[in-house]
Amino acid sequence: MGVEEVAVGYELPEQEFTITRADLVRYAGASGDFNIIHWNERVAREVGLPNVIAHGMFTMGLAIRVVTDWVGDPSAIVEYSCRFTRPVPVPDDSVGTVLFVNAKVTELLDSNRAVIALTAKNDGVTVLGKARAVVTLPA
Amino acid sequence: MAINTEFIGRTYPATAPYAVGREKIREFARSLGDSNPMYFDVAAAQTAGHSDLIAPPTFAIVISMGSGEQVVFDPELGLDYTRVVHGDQRFVHHRPIVAGDELSCVVSVDDIRTVAGNDMITVKTEIMDSLGAPVSTVYSLLLSRGEE
Repeated sequence: MGVEEVAVGYELPEQEFTITRADLVRYAGASGDFNIIHWNERVAREVGLPNVIAHGMFTMGLAIRVVTDWVGDPSAIVEYSCRFTRPVPVPDDSVGTVLFVNAKVTELLDSNRAVIALTAKNDGVTVLGKARAVVTLPA
Repeated sequence: MAINTEFIGRTYPATAPYAVGREKIREFARSLGDSNPMYFDVAAAQTAGHSDLIAPPTFAIVISMGSGEQVVFDPELGLDYTRVVHGDQRFVHHRPIVAGDELSCVVSVDDIRTVAGNDMITVKTEIMDSLGAPVSTVYSLLLSRGEE
C-alpha cells in the first residue's frame, strides 16, 4: 500500500532500533550535545538516573524514521513534536537496548496533509509522549 | 536560587549565520543510522526537487541548541543546568533545511513555570535563511528537576 491510499487508521510499517553506548557517542559528536549523562555512567547514577541514558533527541530522531522511510522524501515532515516521558537507559555491553516504534494515521487535514501518531517503547515502557508528525502526502 | 520569570518574552539578537554543510548533514544522518538518499546523494535530492542535500527532520536542533545556550546559561536566568532534562520538543518546518543554507536564529523565552518544585522554561527559536525568510520554528521545553 502506498501513501496515495492513506486513510485514518492506516498503520505504517513498524521498526525496531538497537541503541548501544557507541551510538550515543556518535550522536553526541554529530549533534554537539555532550551532556555527560549520555556517556558517563558514574555521573548519570550520581544524579539519580538508572544508567547512562540516550539523548531524547536521539530517540526522537530514530522514531521519525518510521515516517520518513515510508514517505520517502523527509521534506514531507512539516511538523514533529513529542514529550520525553521516560528515559532510555543504555547498558555498557555489546547488546544495547531496543526501541520499538509504531505509527498510524490519526487524521487527514486539508492541503493533502496527514497527522501521524507515533508510539515509541523501550523495555515495555512508552518513552515518547504525544509523539506526532504532520506530513504532506505526495499528490 | 529561583528561576527568574522576568525572562518571559525576552528576545535575543539574531545569531551569526550557521553554514549548513553536506558533510554535517551526512554525519548527522549517519549517527541516526539513516541512509535515506536525500541526505547523502546530491543527484537524488536534486531529482526530488531540492537544490542540494536536505537535512533530517530533527537536524534543526543542532542549530537551535547552540543558539539557545545564550538563554539557558544566562546567569541572571537562574536555571540550574546540572539538573536540566529535556521535557518537550516541537519542530515546525516552513521548508526543509538544505546544504548551502546560511541560517541565523532569533531566540526568545516563550514561557517559564514552576510546577511541583521543577522549573520549566520553553525556548522558542526562529530559524531563518540569509534573506530573512522563515525556515523552521523550534520549541524546546527544558525542565530543571527540583532538589529532593
